[in-house]
Amino acid sequence: MSLNETSVLSVKNLVVRYGSGCDACQESLEKNRCKLCGSVWAANDISLDVYPGEVLGIVGESGSGKTTLMRSLYFDFQPTSGSATLRDYKNSRKNIWDVSAAEQRLIKNTIMGMVYQSPALGLRMDYSAASNIAEKIIAAGSRNAGTMTKRAVELLEAVEIMTSRMNEAPKNFSGGMQQRVQISKALANNPALLLLDEVTTGLDLSVQAKVLDLIRRIKAKYGISILLVSHDLAVIRMLADRTIVMLDGKIAESGLTDQILEDPQHVYTQQLVHSLI
Amino acid sequence: MEILKINGLAKNFYLHNHGLEIKSCHNINLILNKGEFIGIVGPSGAGKSTVLKCINRSYLSTHGDIFYDSEAFGWINLATASEREILYLRNHEIGYVSQFLNVMPRTTAKEHVMNAIIDMGQNTEAAELNACEILSYFRLPENLWGIYPATFSGGERLRLNLAHAMIKNPRLLMLDEPTASLDDKTKILVKDMLIKLKDRNTSMIGIFHDIEFMEGVCDKVFNISDGAFLS
Ligand SMILES: Nc1ncnc2c1ncn2[C@@H]1O[C@H](COP(=O)(O)OP(=O)(O)OP(=O)(O)O)[C@@H](O)[C@H]1O
Ligand SMILES: Nc1ncnc2c1ncn2[C@@H]1O[C@H](COP(=O)(O)OP(=O)(O)O)[C@@H](O)[C@H]1O
Ligand SMILES: [Mg+2]
Ligand SMILES: [Mg+2]
Ligand SMILES: [Zn+2]
Repeated sequence: MSLNETSVLSVKNLVVRYGSGCDACQESLEKNRCKLCGSVWAANDISLDVYPGEVLGIVGESGSGKTTLMRSLYFDFQPTSGSATLRDYKNSRKNIWDVSAAEQRLIKNTIMGMVYQSPALGLRMDYSAASNIAEKIIAAGSRNAGTMTKRAVELLEAVEIMTSRMNEAPKNFSGGMQQRVQISKALANNPALLLLDEVTTGLDLSVQAKVLDLIRRIKAKYGISILLVSHDLAVIRMLADRTIVMLDGKIAESGLTDQILEDPQHVYTQQLVHSLI
Repeated sequence: MEILKINGLAKNFYLHNHGLEIKSCHNINLILNKGEFIGIVGPSGAGKSTVLKCINRSYLSTHGDIFYDSEAFGWINLATASEREILYLRNHEIGYVSQFLNVMPRTTAKEHVMNAIIDMGQNTEAAELNACEILSYFRLPENLWGIYPATFSGGERLRLNLAHAMIKNPRLLMLDEPTASLDDKTKILVKDMLIKLKDRNTSMIGIFHDIEFMEGVCDKVFNISDGAFLS
């Protein structure tokens, strides 16, 4: 037997640059900013693969480009260069950053689910929790109100939001509840790939534990692949099979999660890990 | 028949912040046959755990090869296999038992053991049956199954860790000081369990401190300081 797996997502040489750039940028970077022209290289040549059923963790300090990567994948902006392919979109044969806006909407609504760092980006705070989910289902082309309600109930139950509160607006919910509504919305159309950006940041510990357990169960139950961004190594340790360490828009190192934590190779990762012990 | 062949294994740690190179184990040569149990002994700091962690790929080897005769891929070098191959092997063939607990917060002992196979895609009902069976097998008292293991004694933790590793039925098992800080009565229990594992034909490498304990369980004893088997 050989593993011979097809990656669910493959990113090659992603660059997101703010500013026009100059010829000497790469030699003149201070952290992620060019000293000469002032351009910021938020993502600077990122390549990665996400395999079926795995959680790929992304750690890195604030400003290292984690959210930039996630939001590029969710088409929130057009990257400067690079390519990304999805197993479930034309058999990985098309760069999803090169297709029409309509195709990108289709991809977002059928193949990917996103949970934003800030719930306000992922939810309509004034609509009810149920309408938030319905909106996502409608976006994928469904029109049947009955099945939609049934699906909303099912999803909210899965994330332990009482159905008695499904007609309330998320603005009335706690941070942990808002994240769980975001997760249920992201799962609405059975995506192959779930993008989670700092889902537990800012939540108190017992709520964090609940959300982490929820993610574990989602992974086990749906066999979904997850790209999980967190600056919290404890979260990464608990959930990620493999981990990528980002620094100043670049990948400092990547490996099996326990190897990254126990035998980090890069000076930055060593600081990150050893400062915790 | 061989299942594991370690050739010239060495591990150095480079601590960039301290400008320091720490040499852990070096020139380790070791052959483990199928169904065999090798005990590793040696002074503190000699690199015993390092060897096990290199086999498990929690550490990246600096030099040498770790050939393992896997069911899935045939002979494979664990020092250089892909991350996905290692993950596959950890799920299906290779187990690692440490003396420490590594559980998710708010997870009971039984859930912890169940999760090991739920994560591999088994359904909850079957996982629960399997977990109960293996917890009884390793004689973890039933009144402890439903509580958080943070409060467990050393011996209880060990039995939980064994159950967590063995529920996946690995054919190669590594044990890092499974008898450390156990009283004599619990040690006898552990010895009993290791003999049971041997009867299941599990190939094992374990780190131990007392030679006496290893008698009757280990087929060979490897002294890491001189890189050779005790006669
Ligand atoms: N992750 C690590 N980073 C840096 N040095 C390490 C690391 N792990 C082990 N070492 C060093 O490698 C050497 C061997 O350590 P190891 O833990 O393998 O020893 P051991 O034989 O298990 O000792 P003990 O019996 O005390 O547990 C020691 O000098 C230790 O400090
Ligand atoms: N719209 C923008 N304009 C200029 N710089 C930006 C913009 N968005 C992000 N950046 C910069 O890109 C870098 C990466 O940001 P981000 O991806 O949000 O970091 P992280 O999520 O890792 O905290 C930061 O230096 C940030 O200031
Ligand atoms: Mg961010
Ligand atoms: Mg040790
Ligand atoms: Zn420049």
